[in-house]
Amino acid sequence: MLALDRLARTVLWQELIKGFALTFRYMFKPKVTLNYPYEKGPLSPRFRGEHALRRYPNGEERCIACKLCEAICPAQAITIESEPRPDGSRRTTRYDIDMTKCIYCGFCEEACPVDAIVEGPNYEFAAETRAELIYTKEKLLANGERWEREIAANLERDAPYR
Amino acid sequence: MAELFTSTIWPVTVLVLRILLVVVPLLLAVAYLTYAERKIIAAMQLRQGPMVVGPYGLLQPLADGLKLFVKETVIPTGANKVVFLLAPMITFILALIGWAVIPFGEGLVLADINVGVLYLFAVSSLGVYGIIMAGWASNSRYAFLGALRSSAQMVSYEIAIGLIIISVLISAGSLNLSAIVRAQEVHGWYVFWHFPMFMLFLVAILAETNRHPFDLPEDEASLVTGYNVEYSSMTFALFFLGEYANMILMSAITSVLFLGGWLPPLDIWPLTAIPGPLWLILKICLVLFVFIWARATLPRYRYDQLMRLGWKVLLPLSLAWLVLTAGVVVAFPIPRP
Repeated sequence: MLALDRLARTVLWQELIKGFALTFRYMFKPKVTLNYPYEKGPLSPRFRGEHALRRYPNGEERCIACKLCEAICPAQAITIESEPRPDGSRRTTRYDIDMTKCIYCGFCEEACPVDAIVEGPNYEFAAETRAELIYTKEKLLANGERWEREIAANLERDAPYR
Repeated sequence: MAELFTSTIWPVTVLVLRILLVVVPLLLAVAYLTYAERKIIAAMQLRQGPMVVGPYGLLQPLADGLKLFVKETVIPTGANKVVFLLAPMITFILALIGWAVIPFGEGLVLADINVGVLYLFAVSSLGVYGIIMAGWASNSRYAFLGALRSSAQMVSYEIAIGLIIISVLISAGSLNLSAIVRAQEVHGWYVFWHFPMFMLFLVAILAETNRHPFDLPEDEASLVTGYNVEYSSMTFALFFLGEYANMILMSAITSVLFLGGWLPPLDIWPLTAIPGPLWLILKICLVLFVFIWARATLPRYRYDQLMRLGWKVLLPLSLAWLVLTAGVVVAFPIPRP
């Protein structure tokens, strides 16, 4: 009887029909993919994207050249050189991040005592040459200006959990 | 001069125009079949498919065609140049000339010959030549293995297809495709009379056109891409167009043999108002959808399973059905149109 049952299922294409019905039903389900360059997924305020160096509202740069980020960076992607400024405050003369080395772990922003180095929400910074991915202080400060609004909003939203 | 015009030039011009009237929409259909395939499979996999080129990606086939057109044609050093370039042309031409006998409506056929089915069968058998020549001329192991698989597969399944078609032929009593459609006007569509054979025919044409789940000649995992691995640019495009044109041709044959060709499903007013060619196109689209649907649903067969299915299942079943049909036709006199 069992053999007959199995034979009937095979001859009547039971499994084939099941499979075809499944794919047919799926055809009308809502799509799960995004139309990427035109549609983007939501990002967490903790998202770790492209780096930026921030400034205080009065325009003074936040970084005090404590080099904690350089010390903690597991990929050793950060290089900092510093000198006292004429007014006596300590500032970086060089702040480079090698984006090809960076593993986007976020330790630098965790280590920073003044919230100067942060990883912003930008993840679309692909470049055509390697040289473009060696970020200098100017590039990082420019990033900070460009993304300050989003970065500040994200920091504020994440503040209660810190 | 005037005599030459009326006897030769004018008829030839009309014929060429009629051929273009079939071939140009066909090539356009091939282009948009690739688009439909990508969209339908994407929908079944909950993806969006091509969306960037034009609204809803509608210009994607043109972009793909342009890309293939401007690429360089690479001819491998070890290849036999003449045969290498001849193979895609043969595949492409054979996929097109089959359309000569497909009736689009009452009298709407390029060549209303009495051996239409035989002609189609000959054309589809010759299709193997394009593939085996491509595989041999490429002088590449993958291409050669793909071609061997393809030819063995096509030859095996053609036998089953032939026997299934013969069942239809003895029901219709004619080899003329228009006459077969007219017979279905009297008998009702053969999909109802020969339903099991219709299903087997669908399976067999999947194998005949090297489509999923029988696309072993193009098995990416084991053969890179099979017989067309060494082809690039337009030579590849010709294979591609040929394969898809073949799909449409096979769908058209299915529609004519089983789904009543240009006939509306019921002989009542709103359905009869739609012109015959449109019905045929609708039916072709339906069969093409099954082609694509199968690709989205079924995993690829193993080669021995494919051969077992062809020789041990399809062949005996279609032979048994042929004997049954012949017996019924002899025992019960059926009306002829």
